[in-house]
Amino acid sequence: MYKPTLKQQQRIIVFAFLALPLTLLFVFSYYPASQLFYLSVTDWNGYAPTKDFVGLENYLYLWEEPDQLNPLLVTLYYFVGAVVQLVLSLWFAVLINSKLAGRNLFKTLLFIPFVLNAVAASMVFQIFYQVDGAFDNFLQTVGLGSLVQPWLMDPDVVNWALVGASVWRYLGFNLILFYGVLQSIPQDQYEAAKIEGASEWQQFRWITLPSIKLVIGLQVLLAFVGSLSVFEIPMIITKGANGTKTFVMATLETAFNFNDFGLASAMAVLLLVIVILFMILQKVLFSEEKAS
Amino acid sequence: MSTTRAVSTTASENASLDRENLAGQIYAIRLRRNIRNPKWLFWVTFKYLTLLLGAVAVLVPPYAVFMASFKTLDEYYANSKVALPESFFNFDNYIKVFTDGDLGLAFFNTGSILLISLFFTIVFGTQVAYVLSRFSFFGKRLVLLAYVIAMVIPAVTTQVATFEVIKALGLINHKASVILLYVGADVVMIYVFLQFMKGIPLELDEAAKMEGASYFLIYWKIILPLLKPAIATIVILRTIFIYNDFYFPLLYLPEQSQVTVSTALYKFTSVFGTEWTTISAGIIVILIPSITVFLLLQKQIYAGVTNGAVKG
Repeated sequence: MYKPTLKQQQRIIVFAFLALPLTLLFVFSYYPASQLFYLSVTDWNGYAPTKDFVGLENYLYLWEEPDQLNPLLVTLYYFVGAVVQLVLSLWFAVLINSKLAGRNLFKTLLFIPFVLNAVAASMVFQIFYQVDGAFDNFLQTVGLGSLVQPWLMDPDVVNWALVGASVWRYLGFNLILFYGVLQSIPQDQYEAAKIEGASEWQQFRWITLPSIKLVIGLQVLLAFVGSLSVFEIPMIITKGANGTKTFVMATLETAFNFNDFGLASAMAVLLLVIVILFMILQKVLFSEEKAS
Repeated sequence: MSTTRAVSTTASENASLDRENLAGQIYAIRLRRNIRNPKWLFWVTFKYLTLLLGAVAVLVPPYAVFMASFKTLDEYYANSKVALPESFFNFDNYIKVFTDGDLGLAFFNTGSILLISLFFTIVFGTQVAYVLSRFSFFGKRLVLLAYVIAMVIPAVTTQVATFEVIKALGLINHKASVILLYVGADVVMIYVFLQFMKGIPLELDEAAKMEGASYFLIYWKIILPLLKPAIATIVILRTIFIYNDFYFPLLYLPEQSQVTVSTALYKFTSVFGTEWTTISAGIIVILIPSITVFLLLQKQIYAGVTNGAVKG
């Protein structure tokens, strides 16, 4: 009896509840993404009313002037850092998941940098790494004075120093993901293994590792995307000096400082394509793993 | 009556005491045996050593900044940077960050951006999740797909073009710019809400419908209250994200009157030059709310971060 009104009601509520969110999604997610492709074949300077079509000129420029792509190599430092960070966080997660005095304290300590304000956390390291700063003084105090060096000035060292700040900030995130999965592994599996006389390494290799495979895959993907989009730490600590400029920084600089939105869009498209390719690759690897 | 209960309580207490004793004895025996095993001893020492090193690595950088925030500039340069300050009651630096560093304004701006963004995120997120999980309609799969694909687009790359949109809307230097981006481009929340919707039995909707409740009333009176845990998760995740975000305010709110905590602190190096003690106080002021909230809501934050990442 009420069916027609309910049907009408349903139409109204579907429309009312979806209209605004979907509009926002398109205006701030899809439109910019598609516009990126369009701008990348123009010479738009950010304010001119006209956008001249220039074909693939911006992409060719990226190809011919590899200097423009150099910041992409900085990604490698952060990726190495991310791998170290993954191994360390897994180690700490396994420890915290085992019988351990003060496990909550250690968990809190290791995780807390992740919830801190990005600028504040970066500036902590800007101060920490100063010449004759806290890091140097700390090293001298613990008898490692020979390691003292200009952390932010030496182009050979500075990227590793920044990677250190990045590991400090994001390790807790990996730790919590690993810890969550470790908690979900039924304890009786370990009990059974112990009765069979399996060593701790064997338990890790044959019980823990297979259970956390998926999370490792997810975290490698996040680490890769994260390394490509590093921005805050070098932007705040060194402002990109001494060869610490990352690709995102270079893209923004090209757009907002050099007013070359066309070229900047081409760079953004390149980054977008790399990220999506890696996601597809990861998906393919995963489904194969599942099948075998 | 009461005596028998008292007796039985002591009896059970005794039993549990015995059990504890036994467990303690077994533990002591194991420990005594283990401690003579050099391999075991090595591993335990190694484990705690790495944890200790990790804890020191986490603590030393902010420790040094905390110490610096109580020092005068002369004191900072004269002494070791890891030494204690002459007095923990020197609040000059803290006063200065509020009078000269616009931190009060920054907290007000971030606070208003945060509250408005959270409100719309919750309204839109729960509404989209309700409609998508309860009705079948033309184009539903397309809408779901739109949210899946949107998640793949990294916001960090598309800002060059988003800037054009914000500019065309005339929203540069208006808080609405970042609010729209925080609300409109967040996709993870849809997943968290959808996941929770699955756990709300359809029978509840049906029963309310029998009573003659409209769909809006069902959303308002049944779904929304039951989504509270999901809302808490989203509030936590978004608060951390928005309070900590630097990228959007840097691009869209460059004017001094629109500073957020992140951009205000970022400008400190140009306002205070190399007055590292004042800058340190600013850092501490901005870290305190995060640390307080974290210590209060630790469990929920762990759960929220795990949910958000695994679904996202």
